[in-house]
Amino acid sequence: MYFLKRLVVLAPLLLVISFLAFVLVRLSPGGPFDRERKPATPEIERNLKAKYHLDEPVWKQYGRFLSDLLHGDFGMSLKYRNHTVNDIIAQGLPVSVVLGMLAFGFAMGVGLPVGFITAAKRGRWEDYTGSVLAVLMVCIPGFVVAPLLIMFFAIKWRLLPVALWGSPWQVILPTIALGLYFSGKIARLLREGMLNTMQAEFITTARAKGLSENSVLIKHVFRLAVLPVVSYAGPLLADLLTGSFVIENIFQLPGIGVFIVNGSLNRDYTMVVGLVVLYAALLVVLNLAVDLVYTLLDPRVKYE
Amino acid sequence: MGRQRACGIFSAFCILYLAFLLTGCLKPEPSADLVIVNGNEPESLDPAIITGLSEMRLTQGLWAGLTRLHPKTVAPIADLADRWEISPDKKVYTFHIRTNALWSTGEPITAEDFVYSWIRAINPETASDYAGQLFPIKNAEEFNAGKIKDSSLVGVHALDPRTLRVELNQPTAFFLDLCAFPTLNIVPRKTIEQYGDRWLMVRPLPASGPYELVTWRLNDKIRMRKNPRYWDAANVRTEVFDFLPIGSPNTALNLYETGAADVVWDKDLIPVELLDDLKNRPDYHTFTYLGTYFFRFNVTHKPFDDPRVRKVFALVINKKRLVEKITKAGEQAASHFVPPGVANYQPVPGLGFDPENARRLLASAGFPGGKGFPRLQYKFFAAAGGAAKLHAKIAVELQQMWRDELGVEIELQQIERKVFYAVQSKLDYDLSQSSWIGDYNDANTFLDMFMTNNGNNRTGWGNARYDELLRAANKETDLKLREKLFQEAESLLIRDELPIVPLYFYVGFNYYDPNKVAGIYPNILDQHPLQDIRKISGSSRRKEALAASADRQERHSLLMPAATRN
Repeated sequence: MYFLKRLVVLAPLLLVISFLAFVLVRLSPGGPFDRERKPATPEIERNLKAKYHLDEPVWKQYGRFLSDLLHGDFGMSLKYRNHTVNDIIAQGLPVSVVLGMLAFGFAMGVGLPVGFITAAKRGRWEDYTGSVLAVLMVCIPGFVVAPLLIMFFAIKWRLLPVALWGSPWQVILPTIALGLYFSGKIARLLREGMLNTMQAEFITTARAKGLSENSVLIKHVFRLAVLPVVSYAGPLLADLLTGSFVIENIFQLPGIGVFIVNGSLNRDYTMVVGLVVLYAALLVVLNLAVDLVYTLLDPRVKYE
Repeated sequence: MGRQRACGIFSAFCILYLAFLLTGCLKPEPSADLVIVNGNEPESLDPAIITGLSEMRLTQGLWAGLTRLHPKTVAPIADLADRWEISPDKKVYTFHIRTNALWSTGEPITAEDFVYSWIRAINPETASDYAGQLFPIKNAEEFNAGKIKDSSLVGVHALDPRTLRVELNQPTAFFLDLCAFPTLNIVPRKTIEQYGDRWLMVRPLPASGPYELVTWRLNDKIRMRKNPRYWDAANVRTEVFDFLPIGSPNTALNLYETGAADVVWDKDLIPVELLDDLKNRPDYHTFTYLGTYFFRFNVTHKPFDDPRVRKVFALVINKKRLVEKITKAGEQAASHFVPPGVANYQPVPGLGFDPENARRLLASAGFPGGKGFPRLQYKFFAAAGGAAKLHAKIAVELQQMWRDELGVEIELQQIERKVFYAVQSKLDYDLSQSSWIGDYNDANTFLDMFMTNNGNNRTGWGNARYDELLRAANKETDLKLREKLFQEAESLLIRDELPIVPLYFYVGFNYYDPNKVAGIYPNILDQHPLQDIRKISGSSRRKEALAASADRQERHSLLMPAATRN
């Protein structure tokens, strides 16, 4: 019931978000057809605005947008004038989703073991090495990691392609570049969570009962300590699925992240609003999924 | 139970994960014969809509016109029209369409297709930015402005399926150049009427040019395949082209260096930091290019309403220093506005570097030693691509020169691109950075932008004499007289009135290995017709290159009709 209610709230929430995006993007100075070359006559400029209804009052434009949205249509892009925003989402989203899922898998696959080992081997060389690695991952941003990966793996050693999309080899470097930061973050979250949990009384009891250290760590400590990671995973996944402008740009990937940023820079009103609504919907749905996973992992959590 | 469900979710996640991997990534496509890095993603491939060079280079492969540009000289040569007659008063052109001109889907190309495509380009509903390219045609401007609704009043008519008659408002020396311009290329009527704005998504898409569109994936690639029904298909040498839409100079260079791309032909894709090394390599080609970098004065703001003050600001700029210290790609310092090398025109020399005279003039304008000069701003924008830091560096250099030579302090303001254009249009600036690239090989493409009501003027300046000179030049049929009129106008622009100050002429820049790729020629418009480009391979590389070059010259001399320009 709780989850059903959350889903029902989704529609008005998206309506408010779309309205804010719609108004804010129009309030920003400069318009979609402001460019270095102006048309030869003012009539041409007027024709251009009339074609995209930009000569109408904003409330009327918003009404038109809502009516189209009800039919599942985000409208034509003002920058890529033969493409609808739906086309662009249909082309870009699968790429961002694949990259996002891979980066998410990489982040979890690296972050969880590093976090676990550093906590389990606290104060030993494994802890120091893992912790330093996790700090490095968090401190070095993707736009620094990506060129370094390209320089060594693609240009110096010629092991992997430098950029572009289409073969499994081409996803390796962007996956690492995108996922590395989150690996570090997950490792640190898990380590902290495990260290806190390990001080709890029930852990001492479990040990006193003679359970093996591995059993204590996996069955009791990890299960609770992973909850902050799960909370973090929802927004993280939404972030990753909607793409990363920087990484997509550096590796020339045809994902959605590039359009979110370029749409704003180009004042591509329809694109910005469409992608904001999509992002908001993804965020809400993934947060809901996180809550669902919470109830599965921690029986104490109940939603009314 | 909960644990089992968690395991189930985890398994489902893993399966989905693998499915994404397999379906999303494993899509190998056969490789193209030639891969070209083409610059930013095209806004459209509709010839009536596009405005940028990177788009024009692609659309010329898909959509043909009555004429096309010679790959070396960029003079108009015959394309879908094999011949034409021009009336003695040079106001009526009669074009004869080739009998073997076909759409890629097999239907014949007719004069009616031209009438439809041209009327569509000036139809207000199409909202073409470049509709102005057709305004030399009788009633085209009025039709675009909605003043006349009947398209049959526009001066373009099909006399029969193979004959097109075009009436102009006045003699237009560059009309055959315009016939090769993308806005005047022909597009498929049935497809457009059926699919509206999304007509370019249809496959197979009827093409009139040497190539047809196979794939267009945004920010990924555009693939084109040879159109076997193009009238000159026998001389189209490359089967499949891939065009990569890449805006980052570093990515472009990396792709080229690792062999993933054969050609990079966008001058904004040159990493400026590496210019000193790159320009000396044999696979880097520079050439004279029809572009000028300049700055504008807002002549409605004091004290720039005084031409003496504008002249002062021009006289103290050491342009040689700008091209040697900042741009460094071989640009030429510009004293005039129309770049050298334009057909039928010798530009007039403008003002030189003369700080002494500038200081005298500044004193006579009421600001001796810069005293009392208001604090004004020079606005410029944050550019993308290779020009990323160029505008800022030039702005800093100009600021320094004005400070050192005149004692005048000008503030610099860098603003976001779209805001910058809006600000410039509203004349909300004192001084602003600008540039202009010519659309066709004629001085008019530069000079007419400063006519009083031209949307590209954006200085607040207007001069009745200048307008009169431009109008007279554009209807003059004697090329020598026309040149004189243009020279007088340009002199007014850059010697007497100075609403702008030219700084340097652009240089074209692209890279490819001439031992591997043939058919790209440096030319003033930086246009490279696709049908001439091909990869050379094998041991007979040199021989093949020479033979192909002789072949091409012969073919173009055969194609060139007796009267190519009026």
